[in-house]
Amino acid sequence: MSFLDYAPAPESQALLNLRSDYGLFINGEFVAGRGEPFQTINPATEKPIALIAHANTADVDAAVASARRAYDRTWSKLSGSDRGKYLFRIARLVQERARELAVAETLDNGKPIKESRDVDVPLVAAWFFYYAGWADKLDHAGVGPTPSSRGVAAQVIPWNFPLLMLAWKIAPALAAGNTVVLKPAETTSLTALLFAEILQQADLPAGVVNIVTGGRETGQALVGHPDVNLVAFTGSTGAGRAIARSVAGTDKKVILELGGKAANIVFDDAPIDQAIEGIVNGIFFNQGHVCCAGSRLLVQESIHDDVIDRLKQRLSTLRLGDPLDKNTDIGAINSADQLRRIRELTDIGEQEGGERWSPACVLPESGFWFAPTIFTNVSTSHRIARDEVFGPVLSVLTFRTPAEAIAKANNTPYGLSAGIWSEKGSRILAVADKLRAGVIWANTFNRFDPASPFGGYKESGYGREGGRHGLASYLKPASGRSAARTVAAAPAEASPELDAKAAVSRKKAAK
Amino acid sequence: MTSSQLAMAQLNTGERALALLGGEATDANLRRYLHGIPGIDAVGLEQRAADLGSRSVKTSSKKWALDKIISLIDLTTLEGADTPGKVRSLVGKALTPDAGDPACPRVAAVCVYGDLVPVAVEALGSAHAAGSDVGINVAAVATAFPSGRASLAVKLADVGDAVRAGADEIDMVIDRGAFLSGRFGQVYDEIVAVKEACRRVDGSYAHLKVILETGELNTYDNVRRASWLAILAGGDFIKTSTGKMAPAATLPVTLSMLEVVRDWKRLTGARVGVKPAGGIRTSKDAIKYVVTVAETVGEEWLTPSLFRFGASSLLNDVLMQRQKMTTGHYSGPDYVTID
Repeated sequence: MSFLDYAPAPESQALLNLRSDYGLFINGEFVAGRGEPFQTINPATEKPIALIAHANTADVDAAVASARRAYDRTWSKLSGSDRGKYLFRIARLVQERARELAVAETLDNGKPIKESRDVDVPLVAAWFFYYAGWADKLDHAGVGPTPSSRGVAAQVIPWNFPLLMLAWKIAPALAAGNTVVLKPAETTSLTALLFAEILQQADLPAGVVNIVTGGRETGQALVGHPDVNLVAFTGSTGAGRAIARSVAGTDKKVILELGGKAANIVFDDAPIDQAIEGIVNGIFFNQGHVCCAGSRLLVQESIHDDVIDRLKQRLSTLRLGDPLDKNTDIGAINSADQLRRIRELTDIGEQEGGERWSPACVLPESGFWFAPTIFTNVSTSHRIARDEVFGPVLSVLTFRTPAEAIAKANNTPYGLSAGIWSEKGSRILAVADKLRAGVIWANTFNRFDPASPFGGYKESGYGREGGRHGLASYLKPASGRSAARTVAAAPAEASPELDAKAAVSRKKAAK
Repeated sequence: MTSSQLAMAQLNTGERALALLGGEATDANLRRYLHGIPGIDAVGLEQRAADLGSRSVKTSSKKWALDKIISLIDLTTLEGADTPGKVRSLVGKALTPDAGDPACPRVAAVCVYGDLVPVAVEALGSAHAAGSDVGINVAAVATAFPSGRASLAVKLADVGDAVRAGADEIDMVIDRGAFLSGRFGQVYDEIVAVKEACRRVDGSYAHLKVILETGELNTYDNVRRASWLAILAGGDFIKTSTGKMAPAATLPVTLSMLEVVRDWKRLTGARVGVKPAGGIRTSKDAIKYVVTVAETVGEEWLTPSLFRFGASSLLNDVLMQRQKMTTGHYSGPDYVTID
């Protein structure tokens, strides 16, 4: 046995006290669902973990009613600093129970424990800490003085970062003074329910956060519910389109964070070893189940062969296997459905003439697995260069000039993220300026921070999450007259207030 | 080997440098070459090193790694107060690291100041490897170590003395002042001259380790350029530090040097060694280096001819960890020998 086969180092599951079945979290308590409960399974072994309740329309009604009651009676009346205290408390409890949450996330989702431990859960805590700080500073959120909350937020989240997406949604909503009904993805409800226990521990007033589990129809019932004021969704572009259609004509505020097909552009003057790491992290992080994954590698012609050579060498050191092993780099694909889709698209990639390569790696017998794969000889018309694969599959294209790189990078219906690798600062700025993508990383990839807004152009959705912009989505300006009066009286000093003034004057002009 | 590697392999050091540089090793040619090497993004490099450091090495892997670490150590004493007695004691420790366990591997070499080389050679006796694969080598620091502030003639005399006294390996320092001010040609020429001074009467050479003193080079880009420069000039090993200043060896610096020797092998087919020295005191740290070597250049580099730890206190920590793995309970400093 070689040293690089590292002896097994599994994370212990001893801390995790899972129940055999979970109800819906409505009005501060777990209650039985009225639909047919379903199993959530470990995608690495296909073994059942727990039975999850299924919310039907009546359950969704109850959850929204509970959120409305909590909004009217408690949460909208609390001061910002008091809301902040709850959020700080939640953040600390997430940190205290970090290891438990990481193990649960890995069991239910299939992602490697080193990612849930070092990325997902710490970011969850960071998100709550960050927005806790905002709760009493809403005047500076950029929507004018004394903004108000929107009411009840309906939030539907995906399966790729179950707990992190929950934090992205719940933390700003609560800081802004809204109450929430959240629906986790069908295959990954577990950590949302552990989070519900944390809310009980934190003594969050009943009904401020409600969690309904179930399938697509549960989500449809929630976003279509007449008593929700805001719909926030992260998921596929197809589902996002359906949501946009269903809320059209209502006064619901909508935030959509959808798919992506990000270009990761490597220039010939890039810091090559770090660029290789960035390419690997860009597409193989979380098995490529990342909406902002760098799934299209655009590499300058002159260094193409060298980059591919180095990339292949690097990929052969990646370790695929038991997600709970601390040395695992690539975990399991989240579901049989997703695995089917990845296989389908990669087969098409081969048929269309892409040259397929994977490192030698043994896939476990049970569970859903897909070896890291790169396609060279890909052109912009190939489906693997256009469709979002949402798996560990990289398409490599080349370019000769910066103009060509920009044109190819922008030639996609999506526009969520992009990466630029170059040692030349002026080039980075010039190229970034012309890329139509919401997030652009320079000499890094897949970096997230609660202070940084995140969101897309074109079919990647609208609205921003994270930072001040993410907070603003959950607020609305104070009613026209009083806002105008306050602004007129306010001296022009700090920039947030200038922003606020600009926003208000734009609004007036629109009227 | 690729055909270009094969062509490179047939050249001697000077011819190879000439071919790669496209001319003589002048300041201008060296600058053009060294500044043409892709840069390093510091944040990315440190992130990668941290990731490698988070590998979990347990049970059988840990046992293997601990034994491997011992066999890669240059057991070092470099104090002004060193005595022949201290060196004899160090040699004793090198021969029998763990008196309670005859299966414990020996270290790769002992590293001393030049004037103590005869003492080390004598103390080793038949265990002196003298360049062969079995036994323990004697390494000597030379070239006005650690500052390198002496004339070339003095530095060469220093090297010649140590080699004649039986040193198998010479750890030289580069002229950091010349490097930082861009006099690359001078650094190059000096390494070439020292290498020549490593020549024994029988025509063989003592192994040359080139100390870059990375703590004084300030940027990773400089470390990378100095690494290439040392290898172009014929160094057998590139070594991070003298251990006489902080920061000494760090994981990111060592990683960047390992990437250079990996790329050198891609380019020429030849293998160059790496020696992190100074500041590596615990088994836990040393295991991170072993992981970094294995995942960057491959396990074949985990051999004394291609990788060394320059350390003194590391050995005892490894021995205590090793005892813990054998007996199941923690050992203490009284159960390992001081050297």
